[in-house]
Amino acid sequence: MAVFIHDTNIISPLGFSTDDNFQKILLGTSAIEKVFINDKIGSVYAGKINDELFSNHFQSINADFKGSRIEKLLIAALSPIVEKNPLKKDSVFILSTTKGNIAALANDDLSGAFIDKLVQNINSYFGFETDPIVVSNACTSGVVAISLAKRFIEMEQFTNAYVVAVDELTPFVVSGFQSFQAMSSEPCKPYDADRTGVNLGEAAVAVYVSNENRTESIQILGDANINDANHISGPSRTGEGLFLSIERAINEAQITSDQIDCISAHGTATLFNDEMEAVAFNRLSLQNVPTNSLKGYFGHTLGASGLLETVITIESLKNNVLIPSFGYQQQGTTQQINIITKKEQKSLKTALKTASGFGGSNSAMILVKNSENVRN
Amino acid sequence: MYAISKFINISQNVVCENGKTIFHNQEDNFAAFMKNVYKSLNISYPKFYKMDDLCKLAFIASELLLQNETENDIALLFSNNEASLDTDLKHQQSIQNPEDYYPSPAVFVYTLPNITIGEVSIRHQLKSESAFFVAEKYQTDYLHKYAEYLLKTNKAQKVLCGWIHFLNGDYKADFYLVEKMGILEHSKEHINDITK
Repeated sequence: MAVFIHDTNIISPLGFSTDDNFQKILLGTSAIEKVFINDKIGSVYAGKINDELFSNHFQSINADFKGSRIEKLLIAALSPIVEKNPLKKDSVFILSTTKGNIAALANDDLSGAFIDKLVQNINSYFGFETDPIVVSNACTSGVVAISLAKRFIEMEQFTNAYVVAVDELTPFVVSGFQSFQAMSSEPCKPYDADRTGVNLGEAAVAVYVSNENRTESIQILGDANINDANHISGPSRTGEGLFLSIERAINEAQITSDQIDCISAHGTATLFNDEMEAVAFNRLSLQNVPTNSLKGYFGHTLGASGLLETVITIESLKNNVLIPSFGYQQQGTTQQINIITKKEQKSLKTALKTASGFGGSNSAMILVKNSENVRN
Repeated sequence: MYAISKFINISQNVVCENGKTIFHNQEDNFAAFMKNVYKSLNISYPKFYKMDDLCKLAFIASELLLQNETENDIALLFSNNEASLDTDLKHQQSIQNPEDYYPSPAVFVYTLPNITIGEVSIRHQLKSESAFFVAEKYQTDYLHKYAEYLLKTNKAQKVLCGWIHFLNGDYKADFYLVEKMGILEHSKEHINDITK
């Protein structure tokens, strides 16, 4: 059964719709700036949604809702999608998040930090009649969530899914990444020779996935989520899990690697991650395919990143434009890969989206435009 | 048709295999319990001692199911209600007070529930499909269907499903292995019995 992605929406520091975000990216705008976290941590380079602007935006969606900030982000992301695609009896809500409302812990509110509570609230806010699905698979969660939507539709459990991904910039994650010495003290530079680590960010992203083939829809042609079985906090040096994920996704899609027009990679700007990806892409002969990381625009939005970057990649396909990898200047991986340095109009049909994360997780997905080539 | 080849339940100081008690702990303390089960397995895996309690529980339950296993293409579908909140609380405590600020990478790495999948994958060299789900209770309908989908589409040769609960000393693990042949039909009724 063929499965498609239709409407999308992004709430990020760059804007409160997919189009706002995409236009900012085409202009070369990054959300990364010095952000004050708290007195102890001080300021770090990060992508942070402006509370005043968001609050004004949220007023137009629901002026009466009294809930947590993260609930408002989810509602703002999903509302326009539900408006355009009214819920059906078998619609399912699939949430991707690494930390949910972890901010509640700072206020001694343990029950408020349960992801399950967050998802139940949103499920009933919109009136879903099925049990929600929550995936928490570190930084691959956003891609795994779309993969699960595709698979549950293929199994005929549902005909359609509302996939939403969210994570907030909190002292909880900033302090943790600092303790790992994984944070860059300047705007991040994925794949660059001078890269020094991650900038964190936040976003809420929603997409509608279904078995209907509409015009302008994007088909999910293949997907896989394979573990490295190597280390819990570092990637495999051989990129084994990513290699296997991409290989299986390509096989399922029944395409060859030379049919891939562009890659939206993970590119966190840590030394080891970017190096590992270059190794995996070379093992698959993907080193000449135009590739970007979008972390330079948004920072690493953790559980939201896979979905956020998928939506931007969909816009890239629809608009036939290659998006530069923000922050990249010169090759910084031992094996060469083709990082996009300037915006370029090019006929695009097939994209590969990848993600990798803690716990040895990896995900890959083949996205294709053009409904003439639908395969069931 | 698929089958459950083996199942493990751990709670209240007792380990059961296929419904029969195989280990009964005398000390009323989770750390000592896990250490005693670990020792009874006669394995040498020093990483066990570095794991947080959620991972220890997932490790022991998986070890009991996979210790004589030769297949590597085993998908892992783990789930629970509290994600990694037990370790999240420890990390939060380390950053709560600016006067006493001591965040540690050794703690922070365990603030993701899918680290359980990472630990089990490393131990058994499973370069395979996996996902960590968070839900109020075990999602029998979804996981029954998803496990069979992974087998039918050849995305995995076997599927290890596990519910792992650990929060503030309270714990429970219900694990079962799904494959072509086994001791029980892979039915929703049997899954409900194992995970109740």
